[in-house]
Amino acid sequence: MRFYCCRSSVLRSQSDTPLVVLKDVRFAYGEREILRGIDLSVRRGQVVGIMGGSGCGKTTLLRLIGGQLRAGAGVVSVAGHDLSKLRRRELYGLRRRMGMLFQFGALFTDMTVFDNVAFPLREHTDLPPELVRDLVLMKLNAVGLRGAEALTPAELSGGMARRVALARAVALDPMLIMYDEPFAGLDPISLGVIGQLIRRLNDALGASSIMVTHDVHESLQIVDYVYFVSDGRIVAQGTPDEIRASRDAFVHQFVHAEADGPVPFHYPAPPLAQSLLGEGRP
Amino acid sequence: MNGVNGTLRWLGALVTNGVWRLGFAARFFALLLVYSGQSLRRVHLTIREIYFSGVLSLLIIVVSGLFVGMVLGLQGYETLQRFGSGDALGVLVALSLVRELGPVVAALLFASRAGSAVTAEIGLMKTTEQLKAMDMMAVNPIARVAAPRFWGGVISMPLLAGIFSAMGVFGGWLIGVVFIGVDEGAFWAQMQSAVDFRYDVLNGIIKSVVFGIAVSLIAVFEGYDCTPTAEGVSRAITRTVVSSALAILALDFVLTSFMFRGQS
Repeated sequence: MRFYCCRSSVLRSQSDTPLVVLKDVRFAYGEREILRGIDLSVRRGQVVGIMGGSGCGKTTLLRLIGGQLRAGAGVVSVAGHDLSKLRRRELYGLRRRMGMLFQFGALFTDMTVFDNVAFPLREHTDLPPELVRDLVLMKLNAVGLRGAEALTPAELSGGMARRVALARAVALDPMLIMYDEPFAGLDPISLGVIGQLIRRLNDALGASSIMVTHDVHESLQIVDYVYFVSDGRIVAQGTPDEIRASRDAFVHQFVHAEADGPVPFHYPAPPLAQSLLGEGRP
Repeated sequence: MNGVNGTLRWLGALVTNGVWRLGFAARFFALLLVYSGQSLRRVHLTIREIYFSGVLSLLIIVVSGLFVGMVLGLQGYETLQRFGSGDALGVLVALSLVRELGPVVAALLFASRAGSAVTAEIGLMKTTEQLKAMDMMAVNPIARVAAPRFWGGVISMPLLAGIFSAMGVFGGWLIGVVFIGVDEGAFWAQMQSAVDFRYDVLNGIIKSVVFGIAVSLIAVFEGYDCTPTAEGVSRAITRTVVSSALAILALDFVLTSFMFRGQS
């Protein structure tokens, strides 16, 4: 059964107030501009995909939303809070309602699977150990790894580690879940499983999700809305159907994995003949 | 002229970078102290680090202390007996260890064994985004990861130095009394009358606490500040061992010059 066919329209229509809003956001590392003029919004209950090639600024965008980086200009707002105006304590208060799945899981290697998932519960709640245990087992059951509770991260495959990290990210039932390249380096089965889980957990928790990825086909099956980022700007956006039907040259190249197009195959260089004849050789 | 300019520029960059890093380290130390309350309240985190830094360093400390004491016994007796003072061997062994060798050699061993391990652990946590993940879970990595390791080192260091000195005295006794035949009564009695608790033992403890603070701070800072790559972690570990050794020796000179000026 493909779980992500059964989307909860009830949850999605819960509120039309956007949970995450980015207005004219600009960000640079020193002189190097990474993002410019970014306008983006995520409504409650939605799974939003942010797609683009490697190094286009997708992960930076996620870090801005998580408050790990501060925008150079513009507004990044989550649940009505302008992140640039929050003090550290307030930001931490907001982060308790966020979950983030890192590209390779970022599990704590000195803890077992159980302790990894229990970590946020033990840090932020005073729940008795029995209740923590029940909650952890429920979260692990949701990702299909209840039987792996005693394993250490070194004993897990890439897909399993990502599922444990997902259980840990949703341990406190967050309002916003962020995924940084959740499909990178996974086999087709693990890829499908993670895709299902992202959609299913989002709908079950009534949360919103932002997924940064360059895996077009898996993503278009589970997201509600997509933003395409290229060279630090949003170059296209729309629902999965609109994206599939798009005639935009960049979207077409990306969705159909074409080697050449608006994103050139060749790194900028002088003409081949000129290089072969030795002109401009270093 | 270009060569001179280049050298001056290189020297300037070296000094500026050094000052920047010192500033970062000072800021990090201040944050470490600010967040120490949180980690000390959860005492099991610090106890765990005392185990990893202190208990697991016991073997190298005990064995090294024993050998250093035995060498002191051999060398000390060889020199003392020329002046007919072989019975003062206990005093020589005890004062050398309690005042200098105990704190300094134990700190050097601690930096190599535990300091490098702490840097490697924190550096790898940074490389594998574990620190970022913790920060995203609204858990401060300085309070949760750095502070317990820092205090674990600060608490372990004087205890290890004490064990090192005790093993050294035992080694000196083994060589002096058991093998060479120095009078046992004289060995212990002279040691007891010549070693002052406040002047010798307490100053030795103060030294080892200062070394503990220096080594632990360098170890956690280098791990936390490393470039998150395999090469970055390896460089950070090297820096921990080298900087710790230099800091221990420089601080030892400063402390000795304040503590021991020829009074008895």
